[in-house]
Amino acid sequence: MIIGCKSKMSASILAVRGLSVVFSTENNGLHALDSVSFDVNSREFVCVLGPSGSGKTTLLRVLAGLIPPTSGSFKFSGGEQPSIGMVFQQATLMPWRTVTENIGLPLEVGKVNQTVAREKIRDMIELVGLQGFEDSLPRDLSGGMAQRVAIARALIHDPDLLLLDEPFASLDAMTRERMWMELSRIWQARQKTVVMVTHSINESLFLADRVLVFTQRPGKIKMDMEVDLPRPREDDIRYLARFGELARQLRATIE
Amino acid sequence: MILRPDFSRRFFASVLPLMYKRLLPIVFSAFVFLLAWSLVARYSGIPNFILPSPLSVWTRFLRAVNDGSLAYHTGITLSEIVLGLIAGVTIATILGYLLAKSRSLEKILSPYIVASQAIPVVAIAPLLIIWLGDGILSKAIICALIVFFPVLVNTIVGVRAVPAALYDLMNSLHASRAQILWKVEAPASLPVFLGGMRVGATLSVIGAIVGELVDAQSGLGFLLRVGDFQYDTPMVFVAVFTLISLALALYGVVRIVENRFLKWQG
Repeated sequence: MIIGCKSKMSASILAVRGLSVVFSTENNGLHALDSVSFDVNSREFVCVLGPSGSGKTTLLRVLAGLIPPTSGSFKFSGGEQPSIGMVFQQATLMPWRTVTENIGLPLEVGKVNQTVAREKIRDMIELVGLQGFEDSLPRDLSGGMAQRVAIARALIHDPDLLLLDEPFASLDAMTRERMWMELSRIWQARQKTVVMVTHSINESLFLADRVLVFTQRPGKIKMDMEVDLPRPREDDIRYLARFGELARQLRATIE
Repeated sequence: MILRPDFSRRFFASVLPLMYKRLLPIVFSAFVFLLAWSLVARYSGIPNFILPSPLSVWTRFLRAVNDGSLAYHTGITLSEIVLGLIAGVTIATILGYLLAKSRSLEKILSPYIVASQAIPVVAIAPLLIIWLGDGILSKAIICALIVFFPVLVNTIVGVRAVPAALYDLMNSLHASRAQILWKVEAPASLPVFLGGMRVGATLSVIGAIVGELVDAQSGLGFLLRVGDFQYDTPMVFVAVFTLISLALALYGVVRIVENRFLKWQG
């Protein structure tokens, strides 16, 4: 598949225009986001890359509808209120629910028929490779497995938009790189529109079609870079000259 | 939530052996206690109306069972406790939830709630009986008052401790208030809430007895007083042991609920 063409061919599904967020604090406001504008195309994997405190998470929370923007707007082409799948830094599972019950939560909230739900959950458990752990409780899962459950939960209701907030930040390096492959595979299988926040250059190059580089607070888009690396991306993609070039470019922009 | 069909089978398989393991030391220590008690009662020279022997308490117990008086008075006390628990726990849970969710409501109400705890229930029990009569109602209200505070505090603490991330998760799924309540807040605060229930359940027995000791025509507290007046000390012991059993049974019910619903805590 040739990337680069894809984003130009498909239509914009999410349009963000002049988005600013100011948190009111004791003395003066904390300016988290400063008139951010960008588009995300359907089925595109966009990474938001930036140093900590650049308002990346704030952007994601606005898109998820968890906090209102101070000014500016964002619009989904699909409809008024898009369905959203979200993965947080921590797996954020409900400790009293089994793996199956945790994954099924969005279907319960959406009041999906139980028989249909059971089938979807079974497929999803297979997709994220958690067979045999259906009835396990979160306390018995490793960090990587817990995050797989979180990803499965974010995908189960077939959301319009998948929002990932540094989902692998709390994992060890080995697990994290394995999860990149997993996520890449899952994304290709499900063809979701993804906005993912990260502070890892490698992570963004491994996964994204496009990388938005944010500045220090207040967060602003400093660069909008197309990642023209071939897919599917395997572990050895990092040894490509192009990978190194893009990484150097990103590094230079961040600093 | 998806219910597992083989639940009850697994429940009994896991609980029964546990009960035997716990029961054995209890039976043993009770035996030692009874033995020591009979020896003291027999050889110390203390008269029977001050320290009755276990045997005389047992015969008195059998008499009270046979003439139906024990069952009748236990029934009265138990219904006061159950009514008081239902009322106290319901109001405390609802109010606790509202206080946990609304800082301004908490600011307005908490001085009164804390001040109300400075009033000893024992001191206002006579008032309640003057106002409401010496029947079941006044005792149930005393029970409710005594149960109220621990359940209220634990509900507030439990609901406040719900992780913010779970609210984010539910809100990102456009969950309704009711769904957040039943799928997140209730299960997440249940461990702390049940801790309050454990305290409340045992306190409720005290509430009923305090009321009955002030003035009553029936109930275990009434039996206690009658035994006292008539120097029927074995009767007093029977009433006391029945009260202990009631408190233990209520505590046990809470523990069973905990075992059933908090298995995920391991």
